Amino acid sequence: MARGKVVFNEDRCKGCALCTTVCPTKILGMSEKINKLGHHPAEVKEPDKCTGCATCALICPDCVIQVYRE
Amino acid sequence: MSEKLLMKGNEALAEAALKAGCQLYFAYPITPQSEIPEYLARRMPELGRVFLQAESEISAINMVFGAAGAGARVMTSSSSPGISLKQEGISYIAGAELPCVIVNMSRGGPGLGGIQPAQSDYFQATKGGGHGDYRLIVLAPSSVQEIVDLTILAFDLADKYRNPVMIMGDGLLGQMMEPVSFPDRSDVELPEKPWATTGYKGDRPRNVIKSLELLPERLEAHNLKLQEKYADIAATQKRSEEYLTDDAEIILVAYGTVARICRSAIDMARKKGIKAGLFRPITLWPFPDKTLASLADKERVFLTVEMSCGQMVEDVKLAIECRRPVYFFSRVGGIVPSPEEVLAEIEKRVAGRCNA
Amino acid sequence: MKLVFDRPRALADVQTHYCPGCTHGIIHRLVAEAIDELEVADRTIGVASVGCSALNTKYFNLDYQEAAHGRAPAVATGIKRALPDSVVYTYQGDGDLASIGTAEIVHAANRGEAITVIYVNNAIYGMTGGQMAPTTMPGQKTSTSPYGRDVELVGYPIRMAELLSTLVAPQYIVRVAVNSPANIRKAKRAIKKAFEIQVNNNGFALVEVLSTCPTNWGLSPEKALEWLEENMIPYYPLGEYKVPEEVE
Repeated sequence: MARGKVVFNEDRCKGCALCTTVCPTKILGMSEKINKLGHHPAEVKEPDKCTGCATCALICPDCVIQVYRE
Repeated sequence: MSEKLLMKGNEALAEAALKAGCQLYFAYPITPQSEIPEYLARRMPELGRVFLQAESEISAINMVFGAAGAGARVMTSSSSPGISLKQEGISYIAGAELPCVIVNMSRGGPGLGGIQPAQSDYFQATKGGGHGDYRLIVLAPSSVQEIVDLTILAFDLADKYRNPVMIMGDGLLGQMMEPVSFPDRSDVELPEKPWATTGYKGDRPRNVIKSLELLPERLEAHNLKLQEKYADIAATQKRSEEYLTDDAEIILVAYGTVARICRSAIDMARKKGIKAGLFRPITLWPFPDKTLASLADKERVFLTVEMSCGQMVEDVKLAIECRRPVYFFSRVGGIVPSPEEVLAEIEKRVAGRCNA
Repeated sequence: MKLVFDRPRALADVQTHYCPGCTHGIIHRLVAEAIDELEVADRTIGVASVGCSALNTKYFNLDYQEAAHGRAPAVATGIKRALPDSVVYTYQGDGDLASIGTAEIVHAANRGEAITVIYVNNAIYGMTGGQMAPTTMPGQKTSTSPYGRDVELVGYPIRMAELLSTLVAPQYIVRVAVNSPANIRKAKRAIKKAFEIQVNNNGFALVEVLSTCPTNWGLSPEKALEWLEENMIPYYPLGEYKVPEEVE
């Protein structure tokens, strides 16, 4: 059971990928799908490994990510 | 009415602003109006109000923007070159529909020019000056008492219409001393300003004071709304005064300092049997065109007298649609015409019409 | 699990027009967080300037005014002098603050106006399409320095934090960056401290935030953060240039 959970507001993501560069467990990546803004949104590839550190949310310029933690 | 005091024009203006409830004043010194900031620097702290000498006229007008947007009664003053600096800010204030009073004690130009009186900022005040389709209400006093009355009116009109209002004076008016009295405004309630940025507490929508509108349809709609406002002002706020125009064969058109000189010239002309009269616009915008036009119904000539190379004369011609001859006389460079010079011009213009 | 990270209340829940990876978004959030944490949103008035952030009147749940280019410190002065109990901040870019608005920022700082200035330095003019800024690095190519900034012709980039720190009145002047999580956390502390200087100390504070412009630098958002670290931080050192004697 993961210590943390992140929720992405997919349709606000501009596909900048900055979150994927800072995740310490490297579980974020860019999705194949295209969102309403025409971007590939970021998504969690391995949610079980999320620690809820919120580093992704810290660097996200668009407040796309909500973070939950135990 | 209070007692009569002998006051200098600039200082009477400053005191009138205080009587009108001016809370903040931002300005930069410039001749011939520096007595206004000097007077307010002494008086405003006495009343717990804000005086701030800004680093430039540009900063001053932008401080006016901020304070006006926050809901305060606020004023700035300057003279011609400084008014040029304020044009950007004035356009923003008009676009954002903010109330404020801007005083121009105009002097000779263009450029650094001189420090003596002039009336060569008429175009700047009434035809733009700043960019975009906007209008300033422009009030032109011609005595120190009228400075007091029109300054107070300026604040009230600014709030009523959410528009900048300019007092168009000149170096002579600012310096001259005449007896004045100030009205008692203690029972005057200032209007509420629910649109001002006082902090969003959730009891009303957020207030945003802005002039940017990138969507053309919305910017057009905003402009049309401003034009409706200006039409409303034009329908109700034109002011003028006439002196001996009924039977006049020559009507002088002049404002401010020059109107006083013209009155003297008219009195001298009347003694010589010339039926001269004066039409004095008090609002330069909205220009009292209809009243002036009605004077052109009778056969007569018009003589516009200005301390400029010909600015208001264009509006005179427009108003009467060139139905009658409109002559022009001026002195510029800071020279104030004498009544004798104006009389000579009156005589010259009626010479060919003499039918006595 | 509990929610530990969410959009601050002072930040409007709307999509912004900023480019993907533009650090304005991060800085906006840090400002909103500071306002939320200090519980001053109901008396805060923001002043937007001219640049990409001109539209930030839409992005905050606050009363706002839009200033002409460079004039935000003067507008902020007018608001604060009219409403001394309000919290007033300006949000300005490098063209706005360090070019056309140098007189206004120097004098607002010199008077010690009790306002908070957020100064976003990304070494370029973003909104108008990537022209040279007073903060553009030597040799940096922009649309008006196509051969690279020639310091012989146009001088060196201007360090506003240092310049303003020579004035007596300002209480807190600091330069931060948002190129890494660690720097973002420091930037957040600096921005909050800057607002505290106004709220508690009635003083002037300025935070210069080194930022990226991926679009006009011609770099990906990730590479832009690296470029900032390699090229801007050495010239614009991070740190506090003026600190108050004591902050309550």
